[in-house]
Amino acid sequence: MSSSKRRGRSPSHDYVAGNGLINRRALLGQGFAIAGAVGAAGTVTGAAAEPLIDAPWGLEVGAITPPVQTPSPFEKNVVRALSNPNGEFRTSHARTPHQLLGGTVTPNGLHFSINHCGIPNIDPAQHKLVIHGMVRQPLEFTLETLSRYPLVTRIAFVECAGNSAGMFAKEPVQAPAGLLHGLVSNSEWTGVPLSVLLDEAGIDPAAKWLVAEGADAAMLDRSVPVKKAYDDALVAIYQNGEHLMPGNGYPMRLLLPGFQGNMNVKFLRRIKVIDQPAYSYFETKNYSQILPGGKTWRFHFVMEVKSFITHPSFSLSLNGPGLYAISGVAYSGTGRISKVLVSADGGKSWGEAALQGPIHEKAFTRFVMPWRWDGQPAVLLSRAYDDGGNVQPLRAEFVAKRGEAVNPVTTPLAFPNQHYNSTTSWAVDSKGEIKHVYA
Amino acid sequence: MCTRKSLAAIALALSLGSGAAFAQNPGLGKPITEGDIKQWDIAILPDGTNLPPGSGMPAKGAKIFAEKCAACHGDAGRGGVAPYYPALVGGAPLTNGIDTMKTIANYYAYATTIFDFTRRAMPYNMPRSLTDDDVYSLTAYILSLNKLIGENDVMDAKTLPQVKMPNRDNFIMPYPDRI
Repeated sequence: MSSSKRRGRSPSHDYVAGNGLINRRALLGQGFAIAGAVGAAGTVTGAAAEPLIDAPWGLEVGAITPPVQTPSPFEKNVVRALSNPNGEFRTSHARTPHQLLGGTVTPNGLHFSINHCGIPNIDPAQHKLVIHGMVRQPLEFTLETLSRYPLVTRIAFVECAGNSAGMFAKEPVQAPAGLLHGLVSNSEWTGVPLSVLLDEAGIDPAAKWLVAEGADAAMLDRSVPVKKAYDDALVAIYQNGEHLMPGNGYPMRLLLPGFQGNMNVKFLRRIKVIDQPAYSYFETKNYSQILPGGKTWRFHFVMEVKSFITHPSFSLSLNGPGLYAISGVAYSGTGRISKVLVSADGGKSWGEAALQGPIHEKAFTRFVMPWRWDGQPAVLLSRAYDDGGNVQPLRAEFVAKRGEAVNPVTTPLAFPNQHYNSTTSWAVDSKGEIKHVYA
Repeated sequence: MCTRKSLAAIALALSLGSGAAFAQNPGLGKPITEGDIKQWDIAILPDGTNLPPGSGMPAKGAKIFAEKCAACHGDAGRGGVAPYYPALVGGAPLTNGIDTMKTIANYYAYATTIFDFTRRAMPYNMPRSLTDDDVYSLTAYILSLNKLIGENDVMDAKTLPQVKMPNRDNFIMPYPDRI
């Protein structure tokens, strides 16, 4: 602020909350002064420019245009974090590096992926999907036949029920957003509504559940309510316009928007219509929760309303005082994001962030909050609300209900429990370095 | 044939009140019999539905376990080979904390889950290499290690669903309206 005054420019920002949060309307008009940001952003961005010269890449013929593009070699650090890089005989996780991405759509190569028994190499010409059990006529489908149905396209996030589980730790784990929250991604999915296929097979009205099963070595299977199948389930065959990535279920997967990722069965080969849940291994063990006091939850299914700030966040430091755009993603497994509040003073005061539309249900919405950092310590956090009236809990509220890990959590790759959705706080120190804190 | 199929689809659409779905549906599903799906039809339900013929006892299971399972799950299922391979015996009370290790004895609701997962996915590097009798034997062995059945009990399609798992009645559904 003082530097603006020195430049004779009056910062007419309308502060809406403590520690420099600016009314989001500033983003809409000509004022914010993204221009203002450049002019006022302190010593580094305000430094005098040097005379321009032609760079070497402009003085020679460039590379051959390839049939399939891959990111610039300068982007080599924009990769997923792996839990099992050497392929030991156990589950492998790859986490989306949210702190290095923008917008809302996760690039296909960076979509998170969890494989409990490796990634199968499926020949799509040989792959079959059968629907049977409590149906009038069992049916078999192929990728080719599914492709001839009228396909439906929608945006949806997929989130592992164990995403953010490191935050059950008593002490905040120091890790980037992509390690803490990297088991959620957001894509445009295209496929056939499962209801169309179930109707074609003639589902028995007495059926209440489906078992959906994959063609991987673990033949991973989950029980899915018929109600969800008729609500918005898809048999997805495209992801962001191209056929599914192998690690995301090639050649077809179940998409259950808003339901825990493990239920979105990949490599889908069989749907059996039944009258009771199967209590498969994954719904019995991994994807159910122990509550404080020892009771247990099962069939939680819906990933609750959540948000986290990606910029700035741990591992990204601030480059001097001035104007910044705090931004992150918000989503809810029950509907659309209606509001995101941001605080720069650890939750003492809040301002409403701008939401970048269109706002899809059960999908990422990016929020942006203009912020003038004065160089003093600040604690940034976001809190999401959805159109069903659900509010993302503060961490203290969350752990009061769901508890904290008793044992020390030494890595963000650990899963002390499931379905974690509280606010995440980033503490900025006077040097602009960022730590994960509980506020 | 085409006409017959269309008529069937119309009848179905009418019977389910799903005219809109019919309007979009080219009806390309190829009829298949349950008999031809049999090899894939492996999901076991908690009431024992779909359990195959065959049987097994703990003693035979112990032998198979030593040969094919102990390398990861440890001698007598005690774990300890590596932190990520679970022990199959014992388990702390869930009142110890929300991060208590979930085990067969302290967590599973139904014994059928052990049979289903062992047959479907184990051994990890050789899934579906075990016979149904092997799987019954291993399931019997694991249950007996956990004192959930006796050392001479036979596990088969009748007895396995009757094994009462200790944590069965401890589960709550947080949002029953979603089912």
